[in-house]
Amino acid sequence: MPNKERPALVQGNIACGYGALAAGCSFFGGYPITPSTEIAEFMARELPKRGGKFIQMEDEMGSLAAVIGASIAGAKAMTATSGPGFSLMQEHIGFAYITETPIVVVNVMRGGPSTGLPTMTSQSDTLQAGFGTHGDYYAVAFAPSSVQEVFEYTVKAFNAAEFLQTPVVLLMDETLAHMREKFIYPPTDSIEVINRKKPETPFAWFKRFEMTPDCISDFPAFGDGYRYHITGLVHDPMGFPTAVSSEIVKSAEKLRDKILIHRDRFTYYEKFMTDDAIWLIIAFGTAARSAKQAVIEARHHRMKVGLLQLYTIWPFPDELIAELSRNVEGIVVAEMNMGQLIREVKKACPRKLPILGANRYDGVLITPDEIIHSLKAVHGSKEK
Amino acid sequence: MMGPKSPIYDYLRYKKKFPTVWCPGCGIGTIMGAIIRAVMSLGYDKNDVVMVSGIGCSSRMPVYVDFNTLHTTHGRAIAFATGIKLAKPHLKLIVVTGDGDGLAIGGNHFIHAARRNIDITHILINNSIYGMTGGQYSPTTPRRAFAYTAPYGNIEPDFDVVELGIAAGASFVARTAVYHIIQMGKIIEKALKHKGYSLVDVISQCPVLYGRLNKMRSPVEMLLWQKEHTVDIKVAAKKSPEELEGKYVVGIFKDDPDMPEYVSEYQKLIDSLKE
Repeated sequence: MPNKERPALVQGNIACGYGALAAGCSFFGGYPITPSTEIAEFMARELPKRGGKFIQMEDEMGSLAAVIGASIAGAKAMTATSGPGFSLMQEHIGFAYITETPIVVVNVMRGGPSTGLPTMTSQSDTLQAGFGTHGDYYAVAFAPSSVQEVFEYTVKAFNAAEFLQTPVVLLMDETLAHMREKFIYPPTDSIEVINRKKPETPFAWFKRFEMTPDCISDFPAFGDGYRYHITGLVHDPMGFPTAVSSEIVKSAEKLRDKILIHRDRFTYYEKFMTDDAIWLIIAFGTAARSAKQAVIEARHHRMKVGLLQLYTIWPFPDELIAELSRNVEGIVVAEMNMGQLIREVKKACPRKLPILGANRYDGVLITPDEIIHSLKAVHGSKEK
Repeated sequence: MMGPKSPIYDYLRYKKKFPTVWCPGCGIGTIMGAIIRAVMSLGYDKNDVVMVSGIGCSSRMPVYVDFNTLHTTHGRAIAFATGIKLAKPHLKLIVVTGDGDGLAIGGNHFIHAARRNIDITHILINNSIYGMTGGQYSPTTPRRAFAYTAPYGNIEPDFDVVELGIAAGASFVARTAVYHIIQMGKIIEKALKHKGYSLVDVISQCPVLYGRLNKMRSPVEMLLWQKEHTVDIKVAAKKSPEELEGKYVVGIFKDDPDMPEYVSEYQKLIDSLKE
């Protein structure tokens, strides 16, 4: 394993595997799909060595079902997939959400829709990660941009999933997944690992979905001596199906509020040269790396540009965007799709200002030049 | 001994959840009773029993039993159970599915779990109809039978669940019927004890939908139909194919305790890597 003394060239997908193991993942259920397969291969190799379990299921619905089952039995569990598989998994992302089951779903984005561009990069599942399953729900999704960050955010994804008891999506893209970069395995004691809340109350008083001030309930595993019911139906605090109006409302609001109450704790971002910036670029994932270069180059031309790199995509940090937009005259949202996150940015900006997209959707990484081009356009639109 | 003093009530969430959702005359309650009696007679700790279901009438069963209970998505119960069993191998996994749930939308999970021979007991409650959605034809609706989506009679051939289970690789395969309550209890007990994938196809009755559409208006008529259309496997061995036309053979078709079981094989793999 690469460590402080011995940094190594590591692929993004492999760093994801290291991160999962560091977070305590002991179960992986998956189905082969490009460009995520290396994660499954890594876990198939490493998990049994540590007493963990890997299973290649018959399809993606089965994969996520097995992952949720393992989590209910007490394991930290994950899967990794790409667009078409992510579509098939939406059913069980909803199930994990309503049953408050922590799971991590890695989606290595490739071009879509449908089979699309299996071996080429994209960020076109960004909205799907937030709104993919049916019904009202509040998604949590993180997006790293380097191999080192893939490790870090895989751990964070498990921590958020375990703390919030909800599915967390880790959005990678083909470039990040297959890129090899310097990677240093951090000292083990520096890695924060969060585990789900376990009950202290005896079984007789136990309610799996009890309403608590912070909306987090105790979650014993099946077999721990707390016999309770889990269902994908809307349920009461005991876990039994309900059709009582007041209980339906409370149950839906608990699921929402538990994400919103704790959102600050799980909102990750980085500001780069934003203090004096008049123009702001917003980007995430590998596009943010091109955006950073664009900032550096634009600064050479005396353009006061800054970058807001989002690591938390969902819940969308709209207050942060609103705050940063106050001091700028225009925003460019750089993303490798036809303009998905830009919709959220526009919604979040309280005042009217030019917001343009820098978009690339031909399966190739967006370049700094393309982002600068959009910066000039947003600059020009202001001068008119 | 009936009423809450019967030991079966220790296994039911009757104070919280009774009466059940099922229609009068439905076979599912009888099957639930047989499953509980089998668990009782094997002396399993309730904390070690997990019941998993999918979607449909049969899938409401976990609400009523005092085990670790999981009501999942349509067709996927077996895949959920696979994850639980792998993560905690000492748990006893009972999966209840219907025929549409287990064989149509869940057919893929069923055959692959059978192929792996993972230690799960699958009780397939087979009433030849989609009950919860109001009476549509399923993969086990016989040819020419009526359903609301087969208003002129079903033109599709039906699955033979037993043949399917054997072909897929399950190591224990049996068929029984609600009418044969004693046999059903014995078979379910054997299925639970069996280490490997155990499949029990239980012919059940839906008088409200299947019965009404197919000229069997009462539960009694449907149970008598089961009596007349089932032949014990030992008796069937002496009969010609013509004599068995339209009949369902009941009994244990396959019981192979020596087939490698998936979770044990995985444990062997883990142990071999330690050395």
